[in-house]
Amino acid sequence: MNGILAAAGVLTDLAETGRTSTGEEVLFWFLAPVMVLAALGLVFARRAVYAAMSIVVVMVSLAVLYVAQEAPFLGIVQVIVYTGAVMMLFLFVLMLVGVDSADSFTDALAGQRWIAALLGIGLGAVLIAVVLTARGMQPVGLAADNAETNPVGVARIIFGDYVFTLEVVGILLVTAAVGAIVLTHRQRLVRRVGQKERADARVAGGGSLTPLPAPGVYARSNAMNVAALGADGRPLEQSVSRVLRVRGQERSVAEVHAQIGDVPATTPAITGEEQVQ
Amino acid sequence: MNLTNYLVLASLLFTIGALTVLVRRNAIIVFMGVELMLNAANLVFVTFARIHGDLTGQVVAFFVMVVAAAEVVVGLAIIVAIYRTRRSASVDDVNLLRS
Amino acid sequence: MTALAGSVAQAAAEAVPADGVFGLAWLLVALPLVGAAVLLLVGRRGDRWGHWLGVAAPGSSVLVALVLWIAMLGQPAGERVKDLGLGTWIRAGSFSVDAGLRIDPLSMTFVLLVTFVGTLIHVYSVAYMADDADRRRFFGYLNLFVAAMLLLVLADSYVLLFVGWEGVGLASYLLIGFWNHELPNAVAAKKAFVVNRIGDIGLIVAIMAMFTVFGTTNIGLVGGLADSAGEGWLTAIGLMLLLAACGKSAQFPLQGWLGDAMAGPTPVSALIHAATMVTAGVYLVVRSSPIYVGAPTAMLVVAIVGAITLLFGAIVGCAKDDIKKVLAASTISQIGYMMLAAGLGPIGYAFAIFHLITHGFFKAGLFLGAGSVMHGMGDQADMRRFGALARYMKITWVTMALGWLAIIGVPPFSGFWSKDRIVESAYAVQGGQGWQPWVFGTVALVGVGITAFYMSRLFFMTFHGSRRWDDGSGMVPGGPATGPVRHPHESSALMTWPMIVLAAGSAVLGGALAVGGAFTTWLQPMTGAIEHHDPVLPVPVIMVTTFGLIIAGAFLAWRQYAAAPVAVVAPRGSLLTRAARRDLYQDDVAEVALMRPGQYLTRSLVYGDRQVVDGTVSGVARAVAGTGELVRRLQNGYVRSYALTMALGVVVLAAVVLAVRI
Repeated sequence: MNGILAAAGVLTDLAETGRTSTGEEVLFWFLAPVMVLAALGLVFARRAVYAAMSIVVVMVSLAVLYVAQEAPFLGIVQVIVYTGAVMMLFLFVLMLVGVDSADSFTDALAGQRWIAALLGIGLGAVLIAVVLTARGMQPVGLAADNAETNPVGVARIIFGDYVFTLEVVGILLVTAAVGAIVLTHRQRLVRRVGQKERADARVAGGGSLTPLPAPGVYARSNAMNVAALGADGRPLEQSVSRVLRVRGQERSVAEVHAQIGDVPATTPAITGEEQVQ
Repeated sequence: MNLTNYLVLASLLFTIGALTVLVRRNAIIVFMGVELMLNAANLVFVTFARIHGDLTGQVVAFFVMVVAAAEVVVGLAIIVAIYRTRRSASVDDVNLLRS
Repeated sequence: MTALAGSVAQAAAEAVPADGVFGLAWLLVALPLVGAAVLLLVGRRGDRWGHWLGVAAPGSSVLVALVLWIAMLGQPAGERVKDLGLGTWIRAGSFSVDAGLRIDPLSMTFVLLVTFVGTLIHVYSVAYMADDADRRRFFGYLNLFVAAMLLLVLADSYVLLFVGWEGVGLASYLLIGFWNHELPNAVAAKKAFVVNRIGDIGLIVAIMAMFTVFGTTNIGLVGGLADSAGEGWLTAIGLMLLLAACGKSAQFPLQGWLGDAMAGPTPVSALIHAATMVTAGVYLVVRSSPIYVGAPTAMLVVAIVGAITLLFGAIVGCAKDDIKKVLAASTISQIGYMMLAAGLGPIGYAFAIFHLITHGFFKAGLFLGAGSVMHGMGDQADMRRFGALARYMKITWVTMALGWLAIIGVPPFSGFWSKDRIVESAYAVQGGQGWQPWVFGTVALVGVGITAFYMSRLFFMTFHGSRRWDDGSGMVPGGPATGPVRHPHESSALMTWPMIVLAAGSAVLGGALAVGGAFTTWLQPMTGAIEHHDPVLPVPVIMVTTFGLIIAGAFLAWRQYAAAPVAVVAPRGSLLTRAARRDLYQDDVAEVALMRPGQYLTRSLVYGDRQVVDGTVSGVARAVAGTGELVRRLQNGYVRSYALTMALGVVVLAAVVLAVRI
């Protein structure tokens, strides 16, 4: 790993000069605007999926930056855990919850947007000011610690000083998983309806037991707004699209009987259409 | 270039994440803002690890990642549960605690 | 003046501890008190025998009083002031009051009057209240009154006197409102109590002042120390005592309650509002003579009040048609005479008490007679519906005639002896110098004339003239009868015998006491030696003028009310008549000057309390609630606005950190 970075000219005498190498600088100045723009995309994106994509961009860029900051282990972990697992989790939930739920422009809370914007600018200004006025920041660099590759150095600290924290975090993860299962567990309030119960319900409710004929079997016309006739010659309502029926654009059989020929006498009371002689 | 540039970038990302939390109504997007804030914090940790020559910063960033993952799991489970009962994912709809 | 004060002080300092039979003096108070307690606590079981116990209690007090009196007569004059200690009562730091009884000629006089007249009226009440289911309770209250009155006159300190004072006020309230199921009676009782209360304030302030100046409230000690205090203090105490006396004795300006007090049963009017309670004020003034002697201004005010009241009562009495109200106005006027006498200085004290005794007899007799007339005429009191009753109620007629002659001052009846002396003393006040003898003397003289008029009017309207009531025939002389049928009859023996005894007293008592100046000598330990001055008018002139006024007044009344027909419905009358019928607007004045402003004051205080005090408190509460309402708007339940406030907090914190570091 260090060899690759050395080849990229990233590792310089940070401790001596206090400045990074030119390569890193170029990388930074390329990625930083991208990240900021993507982050702004998260704020302003209308659709939730676009926001998720923006944040993925941010996270991947962050991973690259980590690698540039002599933290290759963390960079890889960022891609695998954060972008790969966490963001996929987000996308799954988005799928469940409603991909098409779009935010409207008008905010329920009066003035929330403007005050938030002001506060945001204020917060940014204050934080940046704090950062810029910090003193005593002589960069040392991690060349010494990364002597035995970065993962080894990190591992020494984790399993050395912070092994207890590691164990606790493990418990935390298990608890989170169990918690997620518990939270999303759905209690059945009614008894599960099995196949027998479903069939009995269909018989008791009347209606057609057999499946209806496939489209086109009894069709007398190509038009999709003309009802097909059933086996007994009665027009079948279901053969016309529901949308057309609701809109009243369905044509009765009588209108097209010239094309389809004689139609057997029907019982007017059932269909409600005028008899065709 | 100074390493403080990274810190400035992190501050910017943090601010934008906070803005997301304040402005957006979709609960999941709010959550994403929170993630952004955590990531910005991670960047700061890593930068300071480099500045001080101490890998402890990276270790902390690592733990932050783990905790964030756990938090996302539970948080999204809650959102799903709320969505199931209320058919809405907007944070404005959970306002029953108002006086 | 100083010599007088000195002699009075000498007399007061000679209190001798009570021994022998005088140690029984406490029985005088205890017997009626026990009687009252038994009668009030025994309940309905005692209804059959209660009234006899009620008579026995003051009756036994009479016997004790007679024993004590005879014993006192046997003592030399300098040793007649006895002090019977009953033990320590109040001990509060430097203030201590010991309860005790002071038995001296003045208190003995009152004791005899109260018990004797009281027992007679108790006997009368047995028959008068025979139809009332609450007779036992009536006797309980009467006994309570007798006990309190005796305590009042026997008390050796002003504080104990105040106990008796309040006791008689309470008994008066209970008895005036005895038939309190009828609202006017209850209102009259309340009025009496409230007006009395105003007087009581005077007595309380006087007691406080006495304690401040003298350090004691013992009557004897105060009398001894009276000349050591400044005149300003003595004047103040004297005026406060006068206020108390005005309240209790119905003197101007606190006279309004006595007329309304006639709403009580007639025995009550006789005992309390004629003979005894209303004289307590005079007792107080005479008892405090050392103070008044040292405060000539206060004494002058006493005399002025007496003079005004004298005329006031007389004028009002001329226009009233209710027989009891005329007698009430007459009481006010006669006590005005007593106050005038008491305000004349030591020369008047003895005559004030003398007139008090004789007045007790004839006024009680007149009231009992009025009760007898009312009983015979169906319990109504309108004199315009009486007339020509002499034939039907002979004993009542005779007794009332004796009382009438006594009150207007015809010699040789008792009123003449006492009232004439007052008129003479009025003309002799201040050694016969200045304006006082002329003013007071003339007022007293005029009062004699008016008294003769209205009392004769009462007598003639009731017993003589033409019959103005329906005797069953439907006709009266002069036309058809209006009003219900009446059957006037003489009252029973239990009612007539007390009247007879009182009438006998009205006739002879005055003369008996005046022989050889016996009464004035008897009272000498209290009043000291009296310097006799000559009145500004010669005594024979005064006597002739009084007699002439009496004859004139009686003749006028006879001519108007016995010789001429009397209208059954009262005619409109002149302005003065109408004013007198309304008690010379006393109630209207009191209402406008005192009651209305008092009500406005209380209403404004209530308003102030509600608006300002309550308003402040609830205003604070409302402000807090309002602030809560405002702050509550922050809790709108939206997570994002909470996040906004948190972000605001973070920004502020970071800015502060930044500012500190820069």
